Amino acid sequence: MKEDKKTLQRMLDGQLPWEQLKPIIGDHKDPNRFDAIIEILQEKLNWKEPIILPLHEHLYIVSKNGERIVKCDCGYEFGDYRINWKTKCKIRVRDTFEAIEELYPKDMGCDPEWEELREYFCPGCFSLLDVEAVPPGYPVIFNFLPEIDVFYENWLGRKPPDKE
Amino acid sequence: MESKNIGWNGKSLKSMLEESEKLLEDKKSYYGIEHLSLKEENPFRYERAYASLRGALVSARETALHVAASPIVTEIGELCFGLYTPEGDSIAVSTGILVHIHTMSEGIKFMIREGYEENPTINQGDIFLNNDPQCGNVHTTDVQTLIPIFWEEELIGWAGGVTHQIDIGGITPGHTLVSSIQRFDDGAYYTCLKIGSNDKIWRDHMISAKKAVRSPMYWELDEKCRLAGNLMIRDAVFEFIEREGIEYYKKFIREAIEEGRQILQKRVKERLIPGRYRASSFMDLPMKHQAWVPLAKENRISNHPLEIIVKEDGKFSVSFDGASAGGANAFNCDKGAMEGGQWVLLTQVLIYGDKVNDGAYYAVEKNYPLGSWANPGDPYLSYQAPWGNLIPAYTAMMKCLSYGLFARGFREEVVPGYGFTGDSIQGGGIFNAGPLKGERWMLSTFEISGQGLGASAVRDGLNWGYAMWNPESDLGDVETWELFQGGIPYLSRKVKPNVAGFGKYRGGGNYGSVAFIANSEKVEFFAGREGLVFHGSGGMHGGYPNSTSYRLQATNTNLAEIFQNKQDYPISDDDTRNGEFERFLEGDIERKPYGTIYPISLHNYDIIHFSESGGPGYGDPLERKLESIKQDLDDGLYTPETVNNVFGVVAKYEKTTKEWEIDVEESTKHREEIKKEREEKSMNFEEFWKYERKKITEGELSEHVNRMYSESLKLSKTWSKEFKEFWKFPEDFQMGGD
Repeated sequence: MKEDKKTLQRMLDGQLPWEQLKPIIGDHKDPNRFDAIIEILQEKLNWKEPIILPLHEHLYIVSKNGERIVKCDCGYEFGDYRINWKTKCKIRVRDTFEAIEELYPKDMGCDPEWEELREYFCPGCFSLLDVEAVPPGYPVIFNFLPEIDVFYENWLGRKPPDKE
Repeated sequence: MESKNIGWNGKSLKSMLEESEKLLEDKKSYYGIEHLSLKEENPFRYERAYASLRGALVSARETALHVAASPIVTEIGELCFGLYTPEGDSIAVSTGILVHIHTMSEGIKFMIREGYEENPTINQGDIFLNNDPQCGNVHTTDVQTLIPIFWEEELIGWAGGVTHQIDIGGITPGHTLVSSIQRFDDGAYYTCLKIGSNDKIWRDHMISAKKAVRSPMYWELDEKCRLAGNLMIRDAVFEFIEREGIEYYKKFIREAIEEGRQILQKRVKERLIPGRYRASSFMDLPMKHQAWVPLAKENRISNHPLEIIVKEDGKFSVSFDGASAGGANAFNCDKGAMEGGQWVLLTQVLIYGDKVNDGAYYAVEKNYPLGSWANPGDPYLSYQAPWGNLIPAYTAMMKCLSYGLFARGFREEVVPGYGFTGDSIQGGGIFNAGPLKGERWMLSTFEISGQGLGASAVRDGLNWGYAMWNPESDLGDVETWELFQGGIPYLSRKVKPNVAGFGKYRGGGNYGSVAFIANSEKVEFFAGREGLVFHGSGGMHGGYPNSTSYRLQATNTNLAEIFQNKQDYPISDDDTRNGEFERFLEGDIERKPYGTIYPISLHNYDIIHFSESGGPGYGDPLERKLESIKQDLDDGLYTPETVNNVFGVVAKYEKTTKEWEIDVEESTKHREEIKKEREEKSMNFEEFWKYERKKITEGELSEHVNRMYSESLKLSKTWSKEFKEFWKFPEDFQMGGD
């Protein structure tokens, strides 16, 4: 079954009612989904670098001048995708009761002696890209490092967009 | 006693198991199967055959649960059944608490490896009982009944069933005991014990077993429930063989498992991206001032770092390398529990709907480091509440897989985690008035089986409807719980605001409840849940973790007077700074910022608050649609303060329409202000790195956080190396105090 582009667009925008979303979750998946999503996302972006992999709600691995970099939809570039993009973010650490209780009611957030909240913002648009809840002193977590060439060449059976 | 081999073609069971393991190792497929020849030759017969077994298992569960009396089993279906190969690999499963399907597999393999074939012997009609976490179980409260199935002289499989007990006779009443610190506190242990023959449970066992628990009637009927289900499964297998033939059966069961293995690999290639995935979660255990035994008097925070590698061939590995240590507490997990947790999540995230069996188990490589909480290697520790670590730890698996699902375009499948099936308020007491005077009541509310699920990348999380260990979760009716815990009737159960994780899509919400002690004496009360750390690995792509738990109770109250005078009494704790307990009650009101407490004594008209967990959020909360925020306010899921501070939305309550109204212009302005504040209050990575590093080097870490790092550094060379590299510490670096 090939999925309808408009339906996918509505799903990405969070506009699909449950009656329509449920069969998409339950049915067999459209093998064309990856390409269909890339096409929709690429059309929405204000820049032209080809998406190699959607990494995040706001971030993409794209090809630029022969490099694979992480780029925000606002245009901010985080550099080489093999380096944790969080290390290029602006970071707020909430490690006091006062800062935590700005968000969570008293007793319903962490105790800063045990754990802190780290908010990672895009330096370009200040969208909140990630929240880590970790004990103080915990190394920044590198959540996802894809094997792009293996994915394209061995799983999809074609060259990645930057090697076509 | 003379015994003969009961395996196929005169082989011993042990040699069949060894052969199976060798073929898997050598040929990289289940029993070395290269082609699914039965499926290829006649797919309709093959699928009908599988459906008939699956149907028999579901039917066995649905029928058998009516034999039980425990509301945990009858009301919310805390049971499941599985059919296994002679070697102990699951072929097909029922619905229910599927976390136990693979655990029973480990129990069968234990019996085979220990030579049960020779002694105590395995015969048609024998009944085995197991609840030992060292032999595949999660904790003693989950009790397994296993029966062998023979066709003529050969063992052709096993049927197994699990029910969750209300009480297992541990150090305190309850089902998940937080004050247990060694094996001898965990309650009754049955280590793959033969307890019956000729399809009958031996009387001496039943007499003894009923004396070992505080709920003997439920125990007896639960045992009969499991046996009844197993006998139904055995009958279904006999019918299958009569219909299809024994040779078809023997070939079919192996092909079905190999197909399960292949399905997982195909699903991985269909839905994920090869690469490395990581997420971490944590759990607090504040026992320094609570524990009774000196050894357990320490505050602990456990480290659950998870790494998943998705490989080129579609296989993947799951590793908890870097996990902190096990110890004198109830949260230790044995490997069987870890295997069960991993398997049950795979059945929900990747392999739902197809051949759900141990094939999926064989497609995944696992690493549960020896000495860690995930595999302490010490049978004398307590394994009574392994859920304390297991449940938060496996949120990371959902989150890791969600990164892959997202990148592949399957945003509707993204789920960064789930609420903690904790805050299981427990204990019990004795009625001192009323028709049940002198009878014992147990507090084992299983509404923990309905937690908030995490948001997806396209919609909000499911409210009060998810349990990681039971895909058919159900929080049950208050009236049902009161049937067996009548000494602590509810005063309310209502939506609790601000528990759902914040995000563009919010996590699932949940309820809070208030209950009081009535007509009772000698009441013990305790509970277990996170509180000083957030549950699990939190939200995703800018979503926040769901709120933490806390404890609130009032003792020596004037509640009797309030009832008599028909005055207001507390029915919620919506505002923790200006609570109804403080406003409506006189008495000793105690708030504790943590969720896990050792047993305390309560008396009539003492009153408690407890709440279930929300799910983590997804995406930046400032991107949440204004109409969704209005709905959240109308539904009582968030308070206006949270909506203002977190979502940047200005709203006011319109008394005439009894609805919230959003001020669009003010909200747009406020969201811009929050973005500006983000800019002002954040630092770049270099500043952050120095700021955080100083916490380690200048002794700013608490004793328990320090201990957590020390344990992880000692237990894993890799984790230690990465930790030191990240903070640029020398190779011989040690945490302060080491």
